[in-house]
Amino acid sequence: MATEILMPALSPTMTEGKLARWLKKEGDPIRPGEVIAEIETDKATMEVEAVDEGVLAKIVVPEGTEGVAVNSVIAVLDGPPATPAPKPAAAPEPAPVPAAPAVAKSASTAQPAAAVNPSEATLSAYSGPTAPMTVREALREAMALEMRRDPDVFLMGEEVGQYQGAYKVSQGLLDEFGPKRVLDTPITEHGFTGLAVGAAFAGLKPIVEFMTFNFSMQAIDQIINSAAKTLYMSGGQIRCPIVFRGPNGAAARVAAQHSQCFASWYAHCPGLKVVAPWSSEDAKGLLRAAIRDPNPVIVLENEVMYGQTFPCPTDPEFVLPIGKAKIERPGRDVTIVAFSICVGYAMEAAESLAKEGIEAEVINLRTLRPLDVETIFASVRKTNRIVSVEEGWPYAGIGAEIAARVTEACFDWLDAPPVRVTGEDVPMPYAANLEKLALPNAAKVAAAAKRVLYR
Amino acid sequence: MATAETTGKRKGKVALAMTREELLAAWRMMLLIRRFEEKAGQLYGMGLIGGFCHLYIGQEAVVVGIQGVLREGDQVITSYRDHGHMLACGMDPKGVMAELTGRIGGYSKGKGGSMHMFSAEKGFYGGHGIVGAQVSLGTGIAFANWYRENGHVCVTYFGEGAANQGQVYESFNLASLWKLPVLYVIENNRYAMGTAVERATPTKDLSQRGAVWGIPGRQVDGMDVLKVREAAEEAIAYVRSGNGPYLMELLTYRFRGHSMSDPAKYRTREEVQRMREERDPIEGARKILLEHYGVGENELRAIEDEVRRIVQEAADFAQASPEPPESELYTDVLVETAA
Repeated sequence: MATEILMPALSPTMTEGKLARWLKKEGDPIRPGEVIAEIETDKATMEVEAVDEGVLAKIVVPEGTEGVAVNSVIAVLDGPPATPAPKPAAAPEPAPVPAAPAVAKSASTAQPAAAVNPSEATLSAYSGPTAPMTVREALREAMALEMRRDPDVFLMGEEVGQYQGAYKVSQGLLDEFGPKRVLDTPITEHGFTGLAVGAAFAGLKPIVEFMTFNFSMQAIDQIINSAAKTLYMSGGQIRCPIVFRGPNGAAARVAAQHSQCFASWYAHCPGLKVVAPWSSEDAKGLLRAAIRDPNPVIVLENEVMYGQTFPCPTDPEFVLPIGKAKIERPGRDVTIVAFSICVGYAMEAAESLAKEGIEAEVINLRTLRPLDVETIFASVRKTNRIVSVEEGWPYAGIGAEIAARVTEACFDWLDAPPVRVTGEDVPMPYAANLEKLALPNAAKVAAAAKRVLYR
Repeated sequence: MATAETTGKRKGKVALAMTREELLAAWRMMLLIRRFEEKAGQLYGMGLIGGFCHLYIGQEAVVVGIQGVLREGDQVITSYRDHGHMLACGMDPKGVMAELTGRIGGYSKGKGGSMHMFSAEKGFYGGHGIVGAQVSLGTGIAFANWYRENGHVCVTYFGEGAANQGQVYESFNLASLWKLPVLYVIENNRYAMGTAVERATPTKDLSQRGAVWGIPGRQVDGMDVLKVREAAEEAIAYVRSGNGPYLMELLTYRFRGHSMSDPAKYRTREEVQRMREERDPIEGARKILLEHYGVGENELRAIEDEVRRIVQEAADFAQASPEPPESELYTDVLVETAA
C-alpha cells in the first residue's frame, strides 16, 4: 500500500520551504529514522527522516524546488501498511489540522499578489524604484547599510553570528563585518543589555537583538532605568544611541511565555522611541532611522512577518521618519489604526468591508512613541469613527491610549465611541483553537468597524 | 590591625607607592571629600538637600588611591555613593554640591540629584541608583575601549551588597570572555544598608568572586591609601596590558549611616568609634606625611584652610544657584533630531 510523504513543517511559523536535496532515489528501500531528504527554509536547513518502512516509489517534488507548501505530497512510499494514517515525515504529531491558526493566517497573507500588500498608490510617499523583498531581507539590508555607513554600529545578541541568526535576520553579516562587529553573546540578556547600554554611553551605536522580545524582560531594568533615563538624569550630557530589536508579539503555538506584545510596555516610557514595522518598506526605513537616531529605539518586529514579501524601496538613501504614520489605504467611512502584523488584518478587513460598500481608512502607525496623533486626528475628523487593532492586551494598551487621545481631541467629531480590537485579556493559550480565539484577525476587525458604523 | 604595627611595616614601602607630592595630593583630595561630605550632611540637615544622600566618609582612601593610577581618558562608574568619586575625578565641587541641592548649576541641571551625576568631560559615567546596574554598564564602557582599541580602562566600583546581584556575574563572564579592559572594585564597607556582609553571603573573600571566570582578585586594606595605590598599580597594569578584567576587594568602612536616614541599629557605637579612631584613612596618611616625609604642620594647615574654603564656596554656590526653570521639565528627555 502506498503512503504519501508530506512536506514537514520545521517550525511553528513555517508555511513553505525548499526541497534542497534527496538523499534517496526512487526504488531505494527506506527504514524508519533514515534521513531521506534535506529541506531549507529561510531560517534553517533540516533533515527529513522517514517515519514508515518501505520502498521509495516515486519522488513527486524534485530536488531544488522552491516554495514547497507544508503538507503537500513530496514523495510516495510503497510498503507494508503498518500505520494507516499518512504522516508528514518529520512532524512528530499526526497533525489532522494542516497547520496552526497563525500559520494559516500568515499563509493567507504570504502571497505577493494578495490584497493586503500595499498598492502603488499607498507607496506614494516614496516614489522611487522598488523591488520585492521579504521583511527579513529588508531588516538585514537596513543593518548592513548602516554598518557600512558607520563603523560605530555593531550587532550583538544570541546566535546573531555563526548561527546566522535564530530567525536568519542577521544572515551573512558576520561574513561581511567580522566577529568584532557581529558578536555572539552567551544567553545573558541582563548582562549583555547593560553592557550594550554602557557601550552606547561611551559613544558606540549598538544594535541589540533579542531572540524574542519576551527575553527583554530579563533586561528591562537596563532598558528603562539606564537607557531611557540617563540623558535626563545627566542634564543632557550622556546620550544612549542604541537599538533594541527582535520579534515581538505572538508567534504560533508557543504559549504564554513566548507570545506577548511589548508595545504598551515600552511605549509607556519617556526617553524611549518605539517603532513597529509591518511591511518591508517599514522594516528597512524604520530600522535605518532607529540606528541613526541618537536615542534608544525599540524596534518591535514580528516573526510571522519575516518571510512575507512586499515591494521595498531600493533607493540607497531610503529611510523613514520616526513618528510618522502612513495611510495604507484611504477611505471615508471609518478609521482603522493598526501596527505591525495587525496592519495586514486591517487591510484584509478593509477589503472585505469594501465589498459591502464601506470605505475604511487604514492607518499603519509605524511608530508607537512618539505617536503620530495628527494623522489619526485628521482621519477621525473625516470618518468620525475609529477602531484600533493590536495583538497586545487591552488593559492600558496602545488602543486605550489612542481612544483617550481621540476622545480628548476629536470628541465633537465622533459619531460612535472608539472600539478596540486587541488580544484577549489572558495569557496566551497553547491549544490551537484557544490561541485563535485569543488573537485579533481580519474578521474581528471588520466586525468592530461595523459596530462603530452601527451596521 | 593596629596602626603602629602597619606603620612600622610600611616604612620601606612608602617611597615605592607614592612620592611625597603624590601622597600630599592624595591627602588633600581625601580631606576635600571628607569636608565636602560633612558639609553635605549639614545641608541635608537644614533641608537644603532632599531625598537620598549617601555619604562617603570613611571610604576616601579607596577612590583616591585608585584614581592616582588612572590616565586621562580612562573612565569611572559607580553606584549612588558617588560624591567622592566625582571629586576624585576632578569634577567641580560647586557643580556637585549644586546638584545635591537640586539647582540649575548642578552637573545634571538639578534633574539627577545625589545618585545621578555625570561628567562626560571627566570620564565619570555616574552615579547609578540601581544596585549592581553600573557593573554591566561599566563593562560596556570597557567594551567601547576594546572596540576602539584606545588603551583606556574603565574602573567599575560597586559595594559588597551589589556583589550578590546576578548581572555582576553576567558581566564578569562577558568581560572575561572578551578580555575587556575593566577593573572591578568591590568597596566592602561591611554593611549593605543594614545587612552585615556575613549575613548576606558565606563568601569570606569577595576578591575571589571572579575566580571561576579566571579573573584574578586581590583583597586590599581600603583604609590605607598607600596600600590601595600599590594594589591599584598592579591591577591597572594587568588590565591595560590586554589581559582582561581584574577584581579588587577593598576592605573599608563607612563612618556614617547608609544614607542620611539610617537608625544604625545594625552595628554598635563602639565598633564605629574604634574604626574612626584606629583606621581613619586621612589620619593615617597625615601621620605618614608628618613622620616619614617631613611635611610640616603648617603646610597641612594651609591645605586644610584651602579645602575648607573650597567646600564653603561650593555650599554657597549650591544655595545661590537658582532652581531649574520650569522649562527644564521637558528638556533632555530625548536628544532632539531634525524632523
